[in-house]
Order: sequence, then structure tokens, then C-alpha cells
Amino acid sequence: MAIVNNRLTAEEYAAQFRDIHPPFENREAALVEANRCLFCYDAPCIKSCPTGINVPKFIKQIATDNVKGSAHTILSANIMGAGCSKVCPVEKLCEGSCVYNLLHEPPIPIARLQRYATEKALSAQWKLFERKPSTGKRVAVIGAGPAGLSCAHVLSREGIDVTIFEKENKGGGLMTYGIAAYKVTPEFCEAEVNYISSLGGIEIRYNQELGKDITLSELQQQYDAVFLGIGVGLARPLNIPGEALEGVVDAIRFIYDIRSKGYPAVAVGDKVAVIGLGMTAIDAATQAKRLGASEVTIVYRRTQDEMPCTAAELDIAKLDGCQLRFLSAPQAIQGDNGKVSRLLCRVMQLGEADASGRRSPVETEETFTLEVDMVIKATGQTPFEMLVQKEQLQHRQGKISINERCATSLHGVFAGGDCVNGGKEVVDAVQAGKDGAQAILAYLSASS
Amino acid sequence: MADISANFLGIKSPNPFWLASAPPTDKKINVLRAFEAGWGGVVWKTLGTQVKNVSSRYSAIDYNNTRVMGFNNIELISDRPLELNLREISECVRLFPDRAMVVSLMADNDRDNWHEMIAKVEDTGAHGIELNFGCPHGMNERGMGSAVGQDPEIARMVVEWVMEKATIPVITKLTPNVHSVVPTGKAVVQAGTNALSLINTIQSVTGIDLDTLVPNPNVAGQSAFGGYCGPAVKPIALKMLTTISQDPVTSRVPVSGIGGISTWKDAAEFMLLGATTVQVCTAAMKHGFRIIEDLCEGLNNWMDEKGFATIYDFIGRSVHTITKWEELDINYHIIARINQDKCIHCGLCYIACEDGSHQAINLAYGKPYNTYTVKNAECVGCNLCKLVCPVDDCISMEEHRKGAAYLNWQEYQKRGLPLNDH
Repeated sequence: MAIVNNRLTAEEYAAQFRDIHPPFENREAALVEANRCLFCYDAPCIKSCPTGINVPKFIKQIATDNVKGSAHTILSANIMGAGCSKVCPVEKLCEGSCVYNLLHEPPIPIARLQRYATEKALSAQWKLFERKPSTGKRVAVIGAGPAGLSCAHVLSREGIDVTIFEKENKGGGLMTYGIAAYKVTPEFCEAEVNYISSLGGIEIRYNQELGKDITLSELQQQYDAVFLGIGVGLARPLNIPGEALEGVVDAIRFIYDIRSKGYPAVAVGDKVAVIGLGMTAIDAATQAKRLGASEVTIVYRRTQDEMPCTAAELDIAKLDGCQLRFLSAPQAIQGDNGKVSRLLCRVMQLGEADASGRRSPVETEETFTLEVDMVIKATGQTPFEMLVQKEQLQHRQGKISINERCATSLHGVFAGGDCVNGGKEVVDAVQAGKDGAQAILAYLSASS
Repeated sequence: MADISANFLGIKSPNPFWLASAPPTDKKINVLRAFEAGWGGVVWKTLGTQVKNVSSRYSAIDYNNTRVMGFNNIELISDRPLELNLREISECVRLFPDRAMVVSLMADNDRDNWHEMIAKVEDTGAHGIELNFGCPHGMNERGMGSAVGQDPEIARMVVEWVMEKATIPVITKLTPNVHSVVPTGKAVVQAGTNALSLINTIQSVTGIDLDTLVPNPNVAGQSAFGGYCGPAVKPIALKMLTTISQDPVTSRVPVSGIGGISTWKDAAEFMLLGATTVQVCTAAMKHGFRIIEDLCEGLNNWMDEKGFATIYDFIGRSVHTITKWEELDINYHIIARINQDKCIHCGLCYIACEDGSHQAINLAYGKPYNTYTVKNAECVGCNLCKLVCPVDDCISMEEHRKGAAYLNWQEYQKRGLPLNDH
């Protein structure tokens, strides 16, 4: 048993990580689905989209061959509409509320249609937005992830000059670094960032990390306002013995490496345990399998009824051959010669409902041991509490506190996205960026 | 099993489905294939003066995912040699003596020409003649086709010439390119035609290619008005058929119904409004002759269910139910009801009523699903919500009469009853 990289050939990697939701093959295929859309009034799909994309309208526009108008409808509500069409858990958002579900018929493939329109916009470089003349106002955005990019785009359209400070050497944030490679490619993420910034008035400065290369107080002095879209950090520690053994890795780091170093460079064990059952746990488990692990076991302390990932995501893991151990809580990681060799788990049972409304797992006497050489931790991410503390932002366990106008406790500093909510979907971050931009516009007009 | 055979002025066919005069009836090879498939009869593509056709000839209207909802053509009458057509007609009659063989004719506008053509057609053994007074493209520019059908006096004159000579039944085919088909219909019945058929195609422009800016069908950068047909024209054909069935003069002769018939249901509707046989073209051009199987089986099963032994048990049965508006019962009132168990919350009924009708549906906000209910007092019973609802039987129209007695508009006025105050 060993954790090694380079397990597959280039062709095998390409096959393992090919696009899991391929686009429509042609216009006719898209039109068949577009024409199925009933064009609901006050449509449930709009209400179920955190960014409120006018779904029936953009689908109707595809049906009338007004694809440019369709892309504008999507992107004016969600500037990362192209990426969201690939990574959104639509089964619990727009497609999940499509009225066809109530007829027991397949819902409209909204994501695929959204991809159809937005991919055309990106590949043809349609100029769908005009930037108003510069107002001379300057705003600093920290983080070129979905929240920051979305905020910057709205601001720049209104004539604000935006500078984005990004600690990585690429934009896109979690989209680029934190999502399974079979959903979006690095090339796509880069194209999407470039498309967003092609509006003009948005300068992205890479390798600029808050707290290291820049400080909030400097930015407050240099800019008229600041927006924090710094996201969240690494996986929550398990706080069990053996966490420091070689072979225990963080899911976020694992996915980051796949996205930033390429498939052959990332080492994976023969027998892998993934702790947790959120979207990130699925992305880690499936990709461990696809990188060549012979056995992947997802260990989750509750049951399928309480799992945070969607059923569609769980199906991906099952189809990839990942094993599932429900009602199993890791107790200790044991090793030989400093390397992981076993995961000791306790069997749980469901007790009373907890604060999240889900029945909480209660320990039983029973335990079992999994023979593993790698353990991936994916039980939620932790906010950048130290950083937030250091910058003297008011927070709750590291999550930045904001008021209803998206303002933090610091004057002229606004925030939104994962750094505020602790970690939600890309589409939620996009909306938070829009909200932040509107709040900043109101702030700037009030203070000028 | 019901008997679906038809006897049209002595022209017998095992079923009432004939192929209309058109490309599918232009040649022996097509007609034999049609008879082998089971078609009851054909009206051979129009014979007449020698013509030449262009390329392209057809265009269509697609609706959402449905191709050829409407169809248009600029093809002229048969462009094959007359003698070849006549020889093939007689061969088809000989090979399938139990099928109806009607030959469409369009001669130049002089008596001798018509007489000569009729003699030639009768020599083939054909069972009937259909006079093409309807073609609205090309031939009409030469004073034929719809140019004849649009002028009752010219139509009367030609039919008189024809009846002098013809010894087999004569059907006059009417053009819909008129404000009413009745004047020409009356004129030709008075001139002695044995039967009528309708409708021919409707003059049309199906659309313009938004890249080339040339209308369809494109003939080297130009187009011409074409004849419109297919499912889109059925309602217009049914209306025109009704006026023929209700007129005291034109209702004296049998009618062969034409216009967008694609299914047995369409056929039954034409027959209920007075057609004895029906003619099909576009559906056969789109799908081939095999559609005859369901046309026959569907009609037969429906007749069995309704207890109709022969087609004569229901031909014309619905004619009297179409009255003048003034005779409709004003006391009849219906109100929409939305079945909440079936409702999928699409809101289509709401927005249709709100923007397009009477603001009679209430929206109770929900996330993501709104609840829609009918405001009974506001509902005028127009059917719009039911028509746009995508779920079968979700919205029903329930009867809530305004008064027990039948009351029409004339009587309403006479009694000085109140008008709406909104």
C-alpha cells in the first residue's frame, strides 16, 4: 500500500476527467428542450435561483434563435452564468423546482441550456455589457472568486474603477481551485475570468494576499471602498488522534492540487477514506477514485437522509464505485512508521434533532476498522479566523459580520460570499457580490 | 365493425379517404403504391395545358418542435405529357377497379378545349372529374384556377360547358381565396355540377429567410405567392364547408372535404360538417401513404364507440349546431375551476387571464410555488385559462346558469335587460 502519483496514462486521465455533463451536440437538440419549456409565469425556477436568473425568458430566447439575448439575460443576473451552468447543484435549485417534476416528467435541462447560450457568448466574445464612463471612484476588491468578480463587474458597469487583489496566480476562486475537474477545466475558468474582466475598468493583481502583501488599513486609505470576498480556508480538523500522520490530507488542498498541478502530479493512496458527505467530500472521493485509487470509502456519521450533498452528487460517487459507510464516526487514525494504515470508526445511531434540524448521531458501543493508506478530511471548511481577527473585523467564529447593507464593522469595508456565510454555492457567492456592489454604489453616492 | 365505405354519386370507395389532386397523385407509380397501402381513391393531379415547373417549389411553417404545421407550394398542374397521364390513369383503373379514380382538369377557357379534355378523360375509364377552379399560383395568372373560382359568372359558364359533355359525375373544387365560397358554389350548382369539393389552397407567403431576405420558397433569389395548406388551414376549411352545408342551394349536392386533414379525427370533423368523402395531401406528402391505416382504423373504432354503422349515420350531424351568434343562449354561464391536486403552479392561466382577459384568477404568493384560484364573480367563462393550461383536465368549466330559460340576444334587447357596467 502506498500513496503514489502518476498512476495512469495521459489518455486514461483524460478519459477519467472528461466533462461529466456534456453540452448539447447541436442547435436542434437544444431547441427540442427549449421548446418543452412551458414559459411559466413568476416561475419557480427563477425563485429557486439565488441570482434570480429569468430562466423562462432565456430559454424562450434560445427557442427564437436569439442566443445573444439569451446570454445577456443570464449574464446580467449572474456574470458567472457560464461556470454556474457546469457546477450548480441544479437538482436542488432551478431544475429541482421545475414544474415538470410535479408532472413526473424530466425537468427542463436548464443548466445545459444555460451552458448552450453562455458558451457561445464566451467563445464568440460577445460584448454584452457597456461600461459607463469612469466616475473616478475607486474600489478595491479582495479575492477574484465568484463574489469578488461579480461585485467588480457590477461596479465597473457603473463606471467605478475596480482593482482586484488575488492571492493565487489565477482568478475564479473556488471555481478554479475547489471543484471537481470533471465539471470545469482550468482553461474554462481562465476564459470565464477573462470574459468578465474584458468589460474594462477591472484590474486584477495576482499573488497579492491580504495580511501578507496588503492590509485593509492601506486599502481603506487608497480606495473609496473595499469589498472582501476572501472565501473560506482549509477543512475543519477532525480533532482525533493520528491526524498528523503522513497520508492524512485536507480535501480542499487535495482538490486544489489536482486543479493547479495537473492529474499526474497528485498522489493518491490505494485505499482511501473520505470523511464527510458534502459536495467537497464527493468531489474528493470521486477524484481520488479517478486518479487511480483502488478503493474509496466515504465515512459519514449520519445517514443519507441528513447528507449535505445532493442525491445527484451521491450518484456520481456511487457510479464511480465509491463505498459508503453511513452512521460511522472516525475515532482515531492509526499508522505504521508514521504513515496511515488504519481508520478506526465508531458505529453511530440517530438521536434527537440538533440545531440544524437534522437528527444528531449518537455513539454506540460498536466499532470497526478500515484498512486504509490515505484519509481525506472533508467535514466542512473553516473561515480565516486569524486573518479576520488581525484585521479587526467583527466576526462570528471567523465568519465576517455584515449588516443588511453588506457593511462590515470597518468604515467603507463591505463583504460577501463564503467569508460571510461560511461556505455555500458559487451561485450564492455571485449574488452576494451583486448585493455588495449595490451597497457600495449606494455608499459611494451618499458619501460624494 | 362499422362500414366505412363511401358512395359518392355512384363513385364507390372502400373508405372515404381519397388522395387530393397533388404531387402524390401525379404518376402511376405513386397511385399504385397508394392503392396498395389502402387508400379509397385518388383525384389525379390536374391535367390541362402543357406547363413547366420551377425549382424549388415548397416551403413550410414549423411551430416549436413540429415541422410542417403549414405547407405552401408554387407547383403548377401536372407537367407530364397528357397522353402519358391518360394511359397511366386507365392502367390504374384496370388494376384497382374498386377504388375511386377522379381526374382533376383545368383546361384553357374555351368550350372546345374543355369538351376535348373531358372526352379524353372519360376514355380512360375514370369514375369522375374534378374541376380545378382553385389553384392560386401560376395558373391563375393565365386566367385559370382560382381566377375562374373567384368569379361566379365565369365559373358558371365553364361548368355549363362541362355539363354539356360529361357523362360521369363532375365535382367542382372551390377556391378559399374569396370572401365567401357560397356565391361561386351556388353558381356552379345552378350550372349543374354534381358535387363540390373544398378547399383548395390559400394564397400565402410562408416567411422570409432573415439572412438572404428572400421569401420562401426561394427560386434564384425570387419567390411567388404560394398555395397554403396543411394542419394550419383546417379551421378555415371547416368554416367554409359549414357555409356550403348550410346554404339551401349548395347543400343540395354532396361535398368532398379538403384542408389540413391529417388524422381520422380531422376527417370525422369534416364529415360531421357535411363532407361525404375527404381528401388528404399534406399529411401524405409528409409521412407517406402508410397513414391510411390509422385513418381507417381510428374512424372505424370511433364509429363503433358512437354506434354509427355507416358513415351516413353521422355525415352532417353537427351542421345545425353552428348558428348565428344572435341565437346563442345568453343565460348559459360557465366558471373555471382549478383542480389544486393537478395544478403544477406554472402560472400560465393567471397571466393569460390577467393580461389577456378578465383578471379573474387570484395569485397567492409561495416560494417557489404560487397558488392560483378563480375569482368566481369575475370569471366570464371565456375558456382562455383552460386553453393555456398544460395539464389535461386540471381546469374545468362548470355550469352556473344565469337563468333557467333559453334567452338569446334579440330577446335580451327586446326585454331591455341590463348591459355590463364594467
